[in-house]
Amino acid sequence: MRINPDKCVACGNCTYVCPMGAIYIDPAIKRATVDRNECVECYACFHGLSQEHLNPTLVRTLRKLFQMVRLRFDPEPDVCPTAAFAPEDLEWPRVVRRAFSDPRVPHESTGVQGRGTEEVKTNDVSGRVQMGEVGFTIEFGRPGVGVWFHEIQKMTGALAKAGVAFEKKNPITSLMTDVPAGKLREDILGEKILSAIVEIKVPVARTEEIIRLVHEVEKQVDTVIALGVGTRCDKDGEENVVAPILERMGYKLERAKTNIGLGRITNPAEEKKEEPAGVAR
Amino acid sequence: MTNTLHRFGDAGSFYDDYVVFAIPSRGKNDKGSVPKLKKFLEMALPFKPVNLGDAIHGGALRPCQKMNPTAHWKRDLTPDFQAVIDGVDAPTTVAAVFDNRVAAEDFVKAVKQADLGMCINVSTSIDGAEQCCHAAGIPRHSVGYSLGFEGKTEKLPNSQVLMLTTMCGHGMISTSLAKKMIDWVKEGRRTPEQAVTYMARFCSCGVYNPARARRILEDARTKIR
Repeated sequence: MRINPDKCVACGNCTYVCPMGAIYIDPAIKRATVDRNECVECYACFHGLSQEHLNPTLVRTLRKLFQMVRLRFDPEPDVCPTAAFAPEDLEWPRVVRRAFSDPRVPHESTGVQGRGTEEVKTNDVSGRVQMGEVGFTIEFGRPGVGVWFHEIQKMTGALAKAGVAFEKKNPITSLMTDVPAGKLREDILGEKILSAIVEIKVPVARTEEIIRLVHEVEKQVDTVIALGVGTRCDKDGEENVVAPILERMGYKLERAKTNIGLGRITNPAEEKKEEPAGVAR
Repeated sequence: MTNTLHRFGDAGSFYDDYVVFAIPSRGKNDKGSVPKLKKFLEMALPFKPVNLGDAIHGGALRPCQKMNPTAHWKRDLTPDFQAVIDGVDAPTTVAAVFDNRVAAEDFVKAVKQADLGMCINVSTSIDGAEQCCHAAGIPRHSVGYSLGFEGKTEKLPNSQVLMLTTMCGHGMISTSLAKKMIDWVKEGRRTPEQAVTYMARFCSCGVYNPARARRILEDARTKIR
């Protein structure tokens, strides 16, 4: 993302709305500027700010006059008065920043918006996590911190070493050049994104082992991690297998996403079930 | 998309936060899903949702691409639910957000009756979702637990800011904006209702809960936690 210096009036509204704090008023040019290294191309500024189309010269003159007499206009905080944002044509590898950060862009690998994963939300038709299995979503960079791909690779490498199965229909898995080793493409390791989810599946018996492994690796990763654990309920809708393990480990379970099982396969021809990538054990 | 799973707060703080969403699965039930997704959203209206949304076009409070300058003095704070329904034009996740359990339960019952064939999920406290299923006579199929935030948690802001920002799980509501809105409400420069709409316009899928956000801002007005 770029800000057109000919249009920007340095009102500062955009400096607050950037989730990465990558926009600042450059004192040398007195215009809002994007730190390209920190910008994750989430487009929150471009899509989220309402836009006026005022004359920049007029707005700058008025702002100067107000400043001279120590008056301050109290404008709406979610407006760019001159529509100064100018999205760029992104090329590889920078384009992966947008794919993982702008939730309106579907991931090419999965066709899903957001972070590109269905997890257990569609488990009633996908059968992604079966009885006796646990699906983990290990999410990096959220909320509001961001993550570099080389940090994610620390986790995928450790998980691969532990012999877990990476979910095949997942954007991070699709960027692996060596799935059994958990290695990501070299050319994206220097890219920063808002967040990404690594998805794995293991037998229930390995739940505690995997969580402890994540705890070990997260000490070496310079961001926050949000951990999610998905599993099947029994025929009565009860789940008395995984929750007790988590509670024994000290987790206080507060919130969950519950698939209520009303989904049906309605597409004309059912697609062949795909196996997860990597080595399952 | 775990955009509703990791909302910050304890179970009690979700008493006014029920997100019910419909999602088509690619290759399974996405073909011909657009009318079903529209119907899902239409069916939510009688139960008085506080937000509706689709993951492509956003929620019921949206930014304006050609704002009239007079809007600074008379901004429209009304959610436009019909625009959300009319805007669904491709298979995507659609959501209805409620601020009370009874409405969510009744909506889940109606969705069961309608038999849309879409995958339906309820995101709230574990007990809250169980009660919705129980009321509708549906056994839960699968559950995804949030274990919260770990790792370099020293990079995170205070709990009220976190509660405000994590209601957009895609991370579109910045920490700085949420802090600024708390400050503006404390200073009396904006009402909680106005502050909430500024933030909600950044949520790109419409799962932001304006009612819960208003309550958090009212709380933050007098004490920072």
